[in-house]
Amino acid sequence: MDRKFRERWFMLLMGSFLVVYIIWPLAGMFFRADWGIVASTTRDKVVLGALWRSIWTAAAATGIIALFGTPLAYFLARQEFRGKSVLEAVIDVPIMVPHTVAGIAVLMTFSPKAPLGAMLVRIGLSPVNSHLAIILACMFVSIPFYVDAARDAFYGVSPRLENVSRTLGASFPHVFFRISLPLAKRGLVSGLIMSWARGVSEFGAIVIMAYHPMVAPTLIYDRFATFGLKFSTPIAVQLILVCLGMFVVLRVLVSGKRREVIGG
Amino acid sequence: MIGLDDLSIDLGEFVLNSFSLLVDEGEFFMVVGPSGAGKTVLLEAIAGLRQPSDGKILVGGRDVTDLPPEKRNVALVYQDYALFPHLSVEENIRWGLRFVSGPDNRHVEGLVKLLRLEYLLERSPETLSGGEQQRVALARALAVKPSVVLLDEPISALDPRFREDLQDYLSRINREGMTIMMVTHDFNEVLSLGHRVAVIVGGFLQQVGDVKTVFREPANRLVADFVGMKNLFPSSVKGRKASLEGGLSLVLNGQKSCGECLIGIRPEDVMIGQDLVEGTENVFPGRVVSIIPRGMAFEVVFDIVGLRLTGRMLSSALVREDVHPGVECRVGFCPGAIHVFNEGH
Repeated sequence: MDRKFRERWFMLLMGSFLVVYIIWPLAGMFFRADWGIVASTTRDKVVLGALWRSIWTAAAATGIIALFGTPLAYFLARQEFRGKSVLEAVIDVPIMVPHTVAGIAVLMTFSPKAPLGAMLVRIGLSPVNSHLAIILACMFVSIPFYVDAARDAFYGVSPRLENVSRTLGASFPHVFFRISLPLAKRGLVSGLIMSWARGVSEFGAIVIMAYHPMVAPTLIYDRFATFGLKFSTPIAVQLILVCLGMFVVLRVLVSGKRREVIGG
Repeated sequence: MIGLDDLSIDLGEFVLNSFSLLVDEGEFFMVVGPSGAGKTVLLEAIAGLRQPSDGKILVGGRDVTDLPPEKRNVALVYQDYALFPHLSVEENIRWGLRFVSGPDNRHVEGLVKLLRLEYLLERSPETLSGGEQQRVALARALAVKPSVVLLDEPISALDPRFREDLQDYLSRINREGMTIMMVTHDFNEVLSLGHRVAVIVGGFLQQVGDVKTVFREPANRLVADFVGMKNLFPSSVKGRKASLEGGLSLVLNGQKSCGECLIGIRPEDVMIGQDLVEGTENVFPGRVVSIIPRGMAFEVVFDIVGLRLTGRMLSSALVREDVHPGVECRVGFCPGAIHVFNEGH
């Protein structure tokens, strides 16, 4: 056995506890699931609707975050200023706030009685118990996952590459879209995945903004509360399968891109 | 042509103070100073990547102080090359051409040939050696036909065997009319490439002049230290005579007069040997104190009437004169080798 590994085996031994802690419960769910019921739920329109709703609302929230978060991340990566650490802490607040609290805060902002909510109602949108409500809740909890990843991605792009492109005649927007963005792509995509995954798995904030229409986590909770473990597990299994599937596909896509870059 | 008019750059912990200098069209101008002297910052300011706090920058006779980098026609080559890793060598070289009206393909092909990049065009920059990356970075900078090229320590990061190659390329590019401003911390590079040189120490421009003058007649102690003039002695000068502490008296080439001033002698100008005749100008009996290997040559420290004098000799001279620590020998230097500093000490 390799000497380095002999020196490090204790670290692995300690660390494996956490790996087992993740795999054990998830695997257990698969083993104990009643696959007959799982099969029948794949034909259940309500279940499928909830799954699809989870996927697209989280994606919509991530899209909005990317639109505003990418410039913010770039600014944070490139500019030093007073209060920068405070701003970075603010961006991370949604990670610390209990999700039900996040839901209440977002609800108080967008409820039809609040000025912002009233504005949305006036232009014909429904900010509570609607798809929009789900997106608003997802956005709040997902922001740090994208912005942090994107900021680190831009940190990884040497400002000298941008400088050189400027001296070769490129304007700032050109450099941003042709140099900074392509070079940060891997980190940005991984931020998008994290942000989306956070949205799909959100329950606390969403359930306060919108019990209906139901996203998958809400439906799982609803079935658990109404019919018990036996009928909530199959939906949970499906949600995990869908999420893992998306996760793996996106990861492979990103790592494929990376090989392409290195191979030239 | 590059003109700096009273240029100051303030970066908080680090300041460059009121620089004024003029680089002529077609000149190979060197900027030299110890690491951390702000040489890269100066280049970035000329390229428009840093905002000066005061003063003006001219390029090709045009005031560019308020222009963004892409409007200055100034190319910058960084020490770490800064090649775009997601593009091939050819795409790197051609990157700037899209912004040029009427790109000159023959010019680019000529550069590729000159810098011997024909066989690398399809490669990814990450697979190239340091010397190859440097040549790609140069080609990319020159492809857009800049009016001046700024080089940030292009040679020091290279393997020694690539250094001479690159020096040759740079000389050729300069001979073809390109104005080059190059920063380095190595005075050897200045001697082999530069026409004129500016020395920056401690945020101030200490001296600007042609390379030989700065090398032989540094303006002050800081520059002397930097260009390797090791033997600095306080003395009083009158006529052709310089009197040193300890009673030693040296003969100078020209007439000068100052009560308290510094004189300097380059270690390369120190000679030893039986053929030096004692009693003639600037020849003294001495003793070898130590011999320190310095690359291809040796640094020999002599004791002359209590004074420490450092010489630089090749091993052939050490063998011929049988020099080793403790040996008594004659040490001398020409009157022309003595530089009298203008400032006090």
